[in-house]
Amino acid sequence: MGVKLLLDKAHVEGIRYFETYRREGGYRSVEKALKQMSPETIVEEVKKSGLRGRGGAGFPAGMKWSFIAKPEGVPRHLVCNADESEPGTFKDRYLMEFIPHLLIEGLIVSSFALGSHDTYIYIRGEYAWIVDILEHAIEEAKANGFLGKNILGSGFDCNIYVHRGAGAYICGEETALIESLEGKRGNPRIKPPFPAIQGVWNRPTVVNNVETLAAVVPIINMGGEEYAKIGIGRSTGTKLISACGNINKPGVYEIDMTISVEEFIYSDEYCGGIANGKQLKACIPGGSSVPILPANLLLKTAKGETRLMNYESLSDGGFATGSMMGSGGFIILDEDQCIVKNTYTLARFYRHESCGQCSPCREGTGWMEKILKNIDTGKGKMSDIDLLWDIQRKIEGNTICPLGDAAAWPVAAAIRHFRDEFEWHVLNPEESQKRNYGLAHYADPIHVPA
Amino acid sequence: MVQFSNEQMAEFNRLVSHYPEGKQKSALLPVLHLAQNSFGGWLSSETLDYVAELLQIQPIEVYEVATFYSMYNLKPVGKYMFEVCQTGPCMINGSDDIIAYIGEKLNIKPGETTADGLFTLKTVECLGACGYAPMMQMGKTYREHLTKEKVDAIIDECRKTAALNN
Repeated sequence: MGVKLLLDKAHVEGIRYFETYRREGGYRSVEKALKQMSPETIVEEVKKSGLRGRGGAGFPAGMKWSFIAKPEGVPRHLVCNADESEPGTFKDRYLMEFIPHLLIEGLIVSSFALGSHDTYIYIRGEYAWIVDILEHAIEEAKANGFLGKNILGSGFDCNIYVHRGAGAYICGEETALIESLEGKRGNPRIKPPFPAIQGVWNRPTVVNNVETLAAVVPIINMGGEEYAKIGIGRSTGTKLISACGNINKPGVYEIDMTISVEEFIYSDEYCGGIANGKQLKACIPGGSSVPILPANLLLKTAKGETRLMNYESLSDGGFATGSMMGSGGFIILDEDQCIVKNTYTLARFYRHESCGQCSPCREGTGWMEKILKNIDTGKGKMSDIDLLWDIQRKIEGNTICPLGDAAAWPVAAAIRHFRDEFEWHVLNPEESQKRNYGLAHYADPIHVPA
Repeated sequence: MVQFSNEQMAEFNRLVSHYPEGKQKSALLPVLHLAQNSFGGWLSSETLDYVAELLQIQPIEVYEVATFYSMYNLKPVGKYMFEVCQTGPCMINGSDDIIAYIGEKLNIKPGETTADGLFTLKTVECLGACGYAPMMQMGKTYREHLTKEKVDAIIDECRKTAALNN
């Protein structure tokens, strides 16, 4: 059993409610932070912990906090990004649904560190029932003196509000989220200015993911240095992984980032192996935007080393032979899955979610969807594969926000690693409608160049 | 005429109170949800104008938001809306079959409503339930691990509830 810092109490009966949560040791970090620490020392502890943003980008959280501007007389805001929408990702939902007070506790400490008296949770509109759970938890915290005026006699005032979105993946991008919080369309802003200088209502703002803010609780309780001892290298602490696809035990797992990908997939403690005794074909290890990897490159790096479930190891080899940790949305495809079809559904997703501001993304995502649909339905041409490659290259890096990259990478990686499957679809339009291409060489032992 | 009841108005005021003085436009998304729930599950132009008036903003500011987000219905929908996810992880787990089965059973295509006004079928993109696929949203809740049998039971349950309320 690995270390668990976030979900260790998630299965205690009644943990959703204040009384049980408090009895199990909840809200100790608020007492410690408000009574014994200054905002500056909290930021220092988070820096020492090495905590990296858990939403997908992996940016050091303490550093992000230290950028917040503090102009005289201007309120600052902390905003929690609960717009979890990356296909394959459902970890924040799990945390908020089963142990909501952990998020509220992390938010209070983080609000104190950043000087935010009005803190917002921006939650995706579809998680409607979780809005009620969070609002109930906030009320309970308030009734027990952990929110509101003069918290625990410290002189610190803080309120937390839940802001419900309405169905838009783009609002997970922090500047689009800020626009949406202001009651506008979720069009990302051009940076700079960064939110830390001019965020919501032009006030200094920090936007952090749910899991990132929850992780502040163990960091304050145990100290940044102790937290940094868990994990390997720059992958400190624990990470929530939401596993789905063709596995025996889909669900949310907390890992300490020292385990191998192979152990995560096949161990009964985690995914429990591929469902129905099938073979592993491919995996998208960090949410739909990150490059898909065939089995041979997933379990071992191109250098032949065991690949581990952490930031550095998953990205080993760059995009040529590696992928990314991303949001921790871990999608497994077995031997019966069609890479063309899977890539098509993802392209459709990005076309649907493009905000339409930047031409390369607005037009390019639509073109990619159409071409992939043609190939999938046996109407593709060989030149379509090169055209797809060309379009994704012209989207990547040419848009205001990373949605363009997120739409380009899955298409690029699918062609890079599974080109023969695309070609087979084009060359066998009829047969490809009746059966899948199958495994081919993707699960073979990896060839290591001398 | 479109108008919030006293209870709905209290909820409107609670939502607006979450934002700083003069920033009441920030409440637009939550208020549109409230309006949609209050006025038959969709947002007519009359409703949008009413929301603009309440928040003291221009109607266009409401229209551009209502047309951007996928959860706002700009035309009438059935009493029960089945929003079935069709993105990668759900597709891998057979969402295409579920969508086809619901369509066949209710004799409608995605985007359509049954003649009796009871059901609307809609395909949607990832709802964050990938580990519990295939799934759909129905009102405020998720229905997960869908099978044909489960779909049958859900449709029966909806019909029974609707008959009781009539």
